[in-house]
Amino acid sequence: MIEPTAQTHSVRPSRNIFRRLGPILLFCFTAVLAILTVCPLVWMICASLKPGDETFSANLLPQHWTLENFQYVFTASPFWRYMLNSFFIAGTITVVALWFHSMAGFALARLKFPGRELIFLIIFSTFLVSLPVIIVPLFILVRQMGMVNSYAGLIIPAIFNAFGIFLLRQFYIAVPQELQEAAIIDGAGYFRIYWSVMLPLSRPILAALAVFFFLANWNAFIWPLTITNDRSLWVVQIAIASFHQQYSSSWNYIMAGSAIVALPTLLLFFIFQRQLVESIKTSGLK
Amino acid sequence: MPELLIRNTTTPPITGRVHRGLKRSQREALAAYLFILPDALGLAIFVALPMLFSLSLGFFSVNGFGGFRFVGLANYQRMLIDPLFRQSLWVTFVYVLILVPALYVTGLGLALLVNQRMPFVGLFRSMFFVPNVVSLVVVALTWQVMLVDKVGFVNRLFEFFGLSGYSWLGDPNITLYSILFVTVWFLMGYYMIIFLSGLQEVPREYYDAARIDGAGPWATFTRITLPLLRPTSFFVLLVSLVSAVAGSQAFDLIYIMTRGGPANSTSLVIFYIYQQAFQFNNYGYAAAMASFLVLILLLVTFILFAVTKGGRFHFT
Repeated sequence: MIEPTAQTHSVRPSRNIFRRLGPILLFCFTAVLAILTVCPLVWMICASLKPGDETFSANLLPQHWTLENFQYVFTASPFWRYMLNSFFIAGTITVVALWFHSMAGFALARLKFPGRELIFLIIFSTFLVSLPVIIVPLFILVRQMGMVNSYAGLIIPAIFNAFGIFLLRQFYIAVPQELQEAAIIDGAGYFRIYWSVMLPLSRPILAALAVFFFLANWNAFIWPLTITNDRSLWVVQIAIASFHQQYSSSWNYIMAGSAIVALPTLLLFFIFQRQLVESIKTSGLK
Repeated sequence: MPELLIRNTTTPPITGRVHRGLKRSQREALAAYLFILPDALGLAIFVALPMLFSLSLGFFSVNGFGGFRFVGLANYQRMLIDPLFRQSLWVTFVYVLILVPALYVTGLGLALLVNQRMPFVGLFRSMFFVPNVVSLVVVALTWQVMLVDKVGFVNRLFEFFGLSGYSWLGDPNITLYSILFVTVWFLMGYYMIIFLSGLQEVPREYYDAARIDGAGPWATFTRITLPLLRPTSFFVLLVSLVSAVAGSQAFDLIYIMTRGGPANSTSLVIFYIYQQAFQFNNYGYAAAMASFLVLILLLVTFILFAVTKGGRFHFT
């Protein structure tokens, strides 16, 4: 900021006060807004710790703290099973997707072959296709393949998305050419370059994408809802949505289920928030 | 796409690097195709094929067991006279018209706020972003309880400030706006991050120069920040527009909170399509409506590209 000269000082004292107060007001405004933003999540966690008759009480914090709602969720339903399903499905998708996308990203960035630009353009254009738009034909297709009510049906269609390929390609383009050439001189084949040079280099972005993919698939609802009705294949999101239909008035149980489902995502966020934010930033800076 | 791959591996590639020896470039190309194959195949089967399939499925009547019967334009004719479809188009229009600007303003506003130097700014950024990591199912359930008539947290809050409460999810005139509010709450942190990275790309010297020239905060914003944010703005508009039309967030919220009601006031096209397909088994009719939606999506994307002259790409 420019130091105010003596003249502006005497002429506009009110502006000077505003300049001093401004940052404080701005801070207070931001703080209030931030607190209001997290308020619903805090309310959800508090409601999960309240007995049923307190769910709609005016106070935010429970008057009688209780873990009974959580006990109920785990005893009244095979909730462990649902969580295991979600972990398995989201984990498998994440690992396979990272593997496939890093291979494709590497080839599109570092290898020369006819049709490279065209293939990249086609892959990139699928970026604009979102699941709700193609869900009807996709469901019919997957049903014809006999994958309804199976882990394969839950996992395989969710692996492929252009976003990961694009992000990894951008990363591999920036890797210095010398590293690749040195590896070729050492007699390394292309798979060797990918596996021993590129993959280790891209560990940070792979970590970021892993968090991103895991969160997205842990949180996925519409596809598991469409492709499964077998309870043993339910994921957590379906489970809490069905609680909602089953115990529509017992909001304390529903909030406990929601808190359990939200907890892993919140933990992942707090641990990996830097990586997560980086991957979002990169996606905006094509 | 698979045909393309096979053809290219058998014919010698036409590149300017022949002097290095055909053998090596052929090997490189072969390796590349093998690297891309899994993803290309997957995208072809699970994204491109359904996309093409959706365009033709509309001409068939499909029963629950997978039997197809050609019905010509019947599904499309039905679409034209279906009042519920027309209403869902209107609801979608209002939803998109409000959501896209709302996300732009909140995202940019928050980014400008947390781009300032102040204590705990990192914490504030995280607090604005955190709703985005929670699943939409949890978001929907939580807000549904908070928006309950009379005794819900939001109405209690209104009561506390001496205001009368509303039936947030029961009044057909209000419910869509409640859904919109929750969507903005969920997404604004995401767009804040994107705008923030755009803001941080603007060179500091520009602001210093503007200050020396005596530009006020408003002039600095309109003459420097906004023009230099054009690429980011384009990205935000494109992504928010496509996801709003396609109902990427709206589906989960509506499925749980309102089921399209009350009085179909929150029945977005995407939800109506889903209902027709998976509740009433009208797959062909649903696909016809979906292909119409794809057409709209292509149109709005095209318009956005045309209006902004390619937006971001204008500068680079």
